[in-house]
Amino acid sequence: MFLIECPWCGPRDETEFSYGGEAHIARPVGGGHDMTNAEWGHYVFHRTNPKGLHRERWVHSHGCRRWFNVVRDTVSHEFLLIYKPGEKPDLPALPKSPEPPDGPGR
Amino acid sequence: MRYSIFSLARNALSYHEKWPEAWRSPAPKPAYDVVIVGGGGHGLATAYYLAKEHGITNVAVIEKGWLGGGNTGRNTTIIRSNYLWDESAAIYEKSLKLYEGLSQDLNYNIMLSQRGVLNLAHNEHDLKELSRRVNAIRLNGIDSEILTPTEIKKLVPIINVSPDLRYPILGASLQRRGGVARHDAVAWGYARAADAHGVDIIQNCEVTDFLVEDGQVQGVETTQGAIRAGKVGVVVAGHASVMAAKAGFRMPVESHPLQALVSEPIKPVLDCVVMSNAVHVYVSQSDKGELVIGAGIDAYTSYGQRGSFHTIEGQIGAITELFPIFSRLRQLRQWGGIVDTCPDASPIISKTPVDHLYFNCGWGTGGFKATPGSGWAFAHTIARDEPHPINAPFSLDRFSTGVLIDEHGAAAVAH
Repeated sequence: MFLIECPWCGPRDETEFSYGGEAHIARPVGGGHDMTNAEWGHYVFHRTNPKGLHRERWVHSHGCRRWFNVVRDTVSHEFLLIYKPGEKPDLPALPKSPEPPDGPGR
Repeated sequence: MRYSIFSLARNALSYHEKWPEAWRSPAPKPAYDVVIVGGGGHGLATAYYLAKEHGITNVAVIEKGWLGGGNTGRNTTIIRSNYLWDESAAIYEKSLKLYEGLSQDLNYNIMLSQRGVLNLAHNEHDLKELSRRVNAIRLNGIDSEILTPTEIKKLVPIINVSPDLRYPILGASLQRRGGVARHDAVAWGYARAADAHGVDIIQNCEVTDFLVEDGQVQGVETTQGAIRAGKVGVVVAGHASVMAAKAGFRMPVESHPLQALVSEPIKPVLDCVVMSNAVHVYVSQSDKGELVIGAGIDAYTSYGQRGSFHTIEGQIGAITELFPIFSRLRQLRQWGGIVDTCPDASPIISKTPVDHLYFNCGWGTGGFKATPGSGWAFAHTIARDEPHPINAPFSLDRFSTGVLIDEHGAAAVAH
């Protein structure tokens, strides 16, 4: 269970929020009329899905209903940066990710 | 040694202290014809069918942890083939057919129990969708039938079919050939059988990079040194994106936590698998008496093998509504695995932009039921350097051609 710091409302329970997937995926310029099918496929379906720091979007669905961006570690689940739309601060240094409590596994 | 009643009796005389190891633990050779990355059920099945069906025995399975320690050992062991689309029906039914003969084929008891899989409908739309799916499944020659609430109650006496439920049970589909199997035994059985064909199973060895020359894979770099290989097959579930990034391309998958839990053991009360799409929970009772309960993924991406409490709370709410007698039970264990979900909820068994490098991933929350079929089709893809007609529709290029196999909602439950 996360405690997420909404940039407008402050820290709130995870259940008030919805996850919005990877952030900063720009729509194709000019409608993408000259893009190939492979480029469209890449834009629509392919994600970085990193193990480590991930820029992603959340929305405070049951609060102010506003979107914002976060940088989260996908192993430790720690929220390292939270910032408003239109901003894009540099990634922080990667903290050392602890192994999951039940061993390395996969 | 062949397992049989005689070997059991013979070893009983020596107090079961002289059983030979089920598979060797060799040091890796410098080169193999095929290297399989990932020693879960799918990877071990791939190695077994490479040897058995295609005569390729100079094979290594490389596993960073222990065999079946990932999703193979974390799933809720449900097996079924009641899928809507023809492409899905073909591969999942192939898998179920292989499961039906697997204990004999591997000489290893995988404890397959075809106790039936019920999929509940809770509203008018569910019922119509269920009828459509049952008809589609039957047209594909797969068993499926519709049950009324009275028939459901007869089959599962402890279920609550009262019309007063918040989401009342209006009907269900039943696949009688569906059921459960012992998940560890599937991994161990494939490992033992592959090893008997000469496959090297190398545990505690992590693949850290791929050796690629002129767009063709030449082997893998591991924590135990470089291993050359003519072909490399990657079957790493939640870490598919991580491995694809090492090879220089992206996969259309995202990794999510999928949680499951078991109750304390009780006397037998439930002798089939019950799944509900609408209230989203599935349950079966293990041979030990524990109720094995699962539901959907946590929404966010993760590699942490754990999820959030409210996801568990949601499935417990659903299960206690369907089965009021479960409300007094205590939870014994809860855990999470990392599943690689595809945008169309169908897997990828495919060649990749790198020659002789193959990926088998994207099984999402439903990989266990597909273990034999997945390995069988992937072995064919690797051996022939082209997909079998069964897995050709599950190629990577469907995400640019647009020919998706959209099993979201078409599957009986978010799978």
